[in-house]
Amino acid sequence: MTVLLDKARQRQTRITGGILIALGALIAVFLAPDSSGVATFRLSRPTDVWPVPNLVVPGGAFVYVASALLAFFGVRLFLRGGARWSARFLGIGLIIAVAAFLVWATAGKSFSLTGMLQASLVRAVPIALGGLAGVLSERVAVVNIGIEGMLLAGAFTGALVGSLAGGLAGLAAAVAVGGVFGFVLAALVVTYRMDQIIAGVFINLFVLGLTSYISSQVFQEYRALNNAPVFRAVEIPVLSDLPVLGPVFFSQNIFVYGAFILAGLATYYLFHTRHGLRARAVGEHPRAADTLGIDVYRTRYVNVTIAGMVAGFGGAWFTLGSVGRFDEGMTGGRGFIGLAAMIFGRWHPVGALMAALIFGFADSLQQKLALLGTPIPSEFLAMAPYIATIVVVAGVVGRARAPAADGKPYVKE
Amino acid sequence: MTDATQGRVFGRTQLEDMVIVPLFALVAALVLGAVVMAATGVSPATIAQSYVALLKGSVGSVNAISETLTAALPLVLAGLGLALGFRSGLFNIGAEGQIVVGGLAAVVAGVALGDMSAFIALPGALLAGAAAGAFYAGIAGWLRAATGAHEVITTIMLNLISFRLLDYLLRTPFIQKEDRADPISKSVPDAAELPKLLTFLDANLRLHAGLFLTLAMVAFAYWLLFRSKLGFEFRASGENAVAARFAGMSAGWTIVLAMAVAGALAGLAGANQTLGILGRATPGFSAGIGFDAIAVALLGRSHPVGVFFAGVLFGALEAGGRQMQVDAGVSIDLIGIIQSLIIVFIAAPLLVKAIFPWGFRKAGKRENKS
Repeated sequence: MTVLLDKARQRQTRITGGILIALGALIAVFLAPDSSGVATFRLSRPTDVWPVPNLVVPGGAFVYVASALLAFFGVRLFLRGGARWSARFLGIGLIIAVAAFLVWATAGKSFSLTGMLQASLVRAVPIALGGLAGVLSERVAVVNIGIEGMLLAGAFTGALVGSLAGGLAGLAAAVAVGGVFGFVLAALVVTYRMDQIIAGVFINLFVLGLTSYISSQVFQEYRALNNAPVFRAVEIPVLSDLPVLGPVFFSQNIFVYGAFILAGLATYYLFHTRHGLRARAVGEHPRAADTLGIDVYRTRYVNVTIAGMVAGFGGAWFTLGSVGRFDEGMTGGRGFIGLAAMIFGRWHPVGALMAALIFGFADSLQQKLALLGTPIPSEFLAMAPYIATIVVVAGVVGRARAPAADGKPYVKE
Repeated sequence: MTDATQGRVFGRTQLEDMVIVPLFALVAALVLGAVVMAATGVSPATIAQSYVALLKGSVGSVNAISETLTAALPLVLAGLGLALGFRSGLFNIGAEGQIVVGGLAAVVAGVALGDMSAFIALPGALLAGAAAGAFYAGIAGWLRAATGAHEVITTIMLNLISFRLLDYLLRTPFIQKEDRADPISKSVPDAAELPKLLTFLDANLRLHAGLFLTLAMVAFAYWLLFRSKLGFEFRASGENAVAARFAGMSAGWTIVLAMAVAGALAGLAGANQTLGILGRATPGFSAGIGFDAIAVALLGRSHPVGVFFAGVLFGALEAGGRQMQVDAGVSIDLIGIIQSLIIVFIAAPLLVKAIFPWGFRKAGKRENKS
């Protein structure tokens, strides 16, 4: 068994090394020749309290050094193995590759780095909260394909109740409705022992159908019902004046703060409280948990309902946190990307948040690069984050382990 | 309990499972759909009118039946592929992307082979669609087998990639229609089109030869799953991967092959759309079929024959829903609600028994006795 594992790990390291070498070569061949000129990254606006000078990078030199570094890491991994380092090298390698790419795209121009980072956080919010909802329910061994539907339900409720009774009421209602769908999922899979994936697919289809139906049947006619106020950015005193960090982390709306706070709370809950330990026990070995007197059904109900509430909060971001208006199917698969973030983040709240930030970064990078007018077709830029995800999942996460009882129904004896 | 009574009880539960439960689910979903309509201020007369239209539009005329089957074909094809994956323990969410890739490849092959006779062009185009779908799904299978990358993530990502790839390729010179600036492919030449079957009745009937393809694939999937060695390996690794490995089956190859066959079927669903109905590829031509097919595969309990009937049911709702929107002015999105409720009622028999304890008394009694 260990021999088999070692072999698999060795192959994984080889693949990782190969990917890094290929990246280095690609950068040397395609990017380096036309990155002459300096790339200027704007870090602060002129109106900032403490302005910092622009970051100026000599294009050609930087790109060549980056490709050399990548090739060095790749060759080292390929020849000497060292599985322990493969994840770290791949991470560092991808960061270098992205930096080289940015420098190449900006060579001879200037680009607001701070603006892009700020947008990354905003775009990461629904993915992070969706991923967090996934973590909370899969830790009690309930597979939650229905996150997409819960996000959509939150977005819809936020818009409807927000239009009628104001933003805060809308937010509360979105969280409540998310919780209702979490409870429904729990009831279907725990009490009625429905297949977990079918139950999730049901929630997605049902919410999509219901919200689209009401939106085309009712909102078309009564537009006032779909015109909610939007939560503005809350500047945190002093901290929001910091250069770069201020605008990125401390001048955002409550959804961004909420995602960070909830990820922290969920980590504390799962790994540092008695209830969290019980929840994880239910996810790993429900029979043993039951023997020790933990109410498996109750634990699943509670955690999946909380997961639904988190997803409902994330859903409200689409309407109350950005445009204030509901559109049919506006979540656009973010719930599924959240699911990917959860697996990418190894079923850990902070991991899911980090993975979501990477998706958000890639998303906003792609948007801003389109403005710079690179010769690469925008479709390929849009694809890049997804390809990178596949590479990372294949190279690093690989055999990440789900909670042992994940997806299995539990029947009391 | 004697063999005879056992046989009878078995027969009854089979009947209940196959006919009564789905029928009940359909009726209950329609009733709840009416409740939703009433709650959004639709008058009872309009509700009645819309259900009449639903019936009329799905089975009420030759045209309705043709539309029902036309809508059902891609759902069945892609659903078969997904069912195969589920049986092998793979949760493939990637049918949508495989449909995109397969449909586009079929158009490209069709255009390339357009000058040949239909006996070469059509099979060539279909084969290209299947091969492209198989290759695309095979990527996810290979990644799973070689590196352990979870197929749920990789297929989701491959879906997203395929949409961008389609947008890009539709603008490339060989594929884009001449003199057009928007992303749209050349039209499929007649030789590569799936011929319409009912034009002798009415030129507008859209049912096409994809029907035979679909039926053949249902039979093929059944044979593959339950009558072939490969299918046994698929099912074995789906039921118990560890046991399958100790029995000497190569886990890696099984995964890659299962994904590839599933992708080929989804690719055929894409080819079925582009060669049979649309006549070209446009952005978003997959229209969510790959996601609806997940529901179809689950509803059909991952059994080829079940998938066929589930696909026809969904196709009927789809076709009827369009009629409903025209006749009664009720949004077609209602169909989505009804479809999802049908899934719940079929997949959660315990829930149905909890709501209607008197409905399934016989089966319940048997459980109590034994």
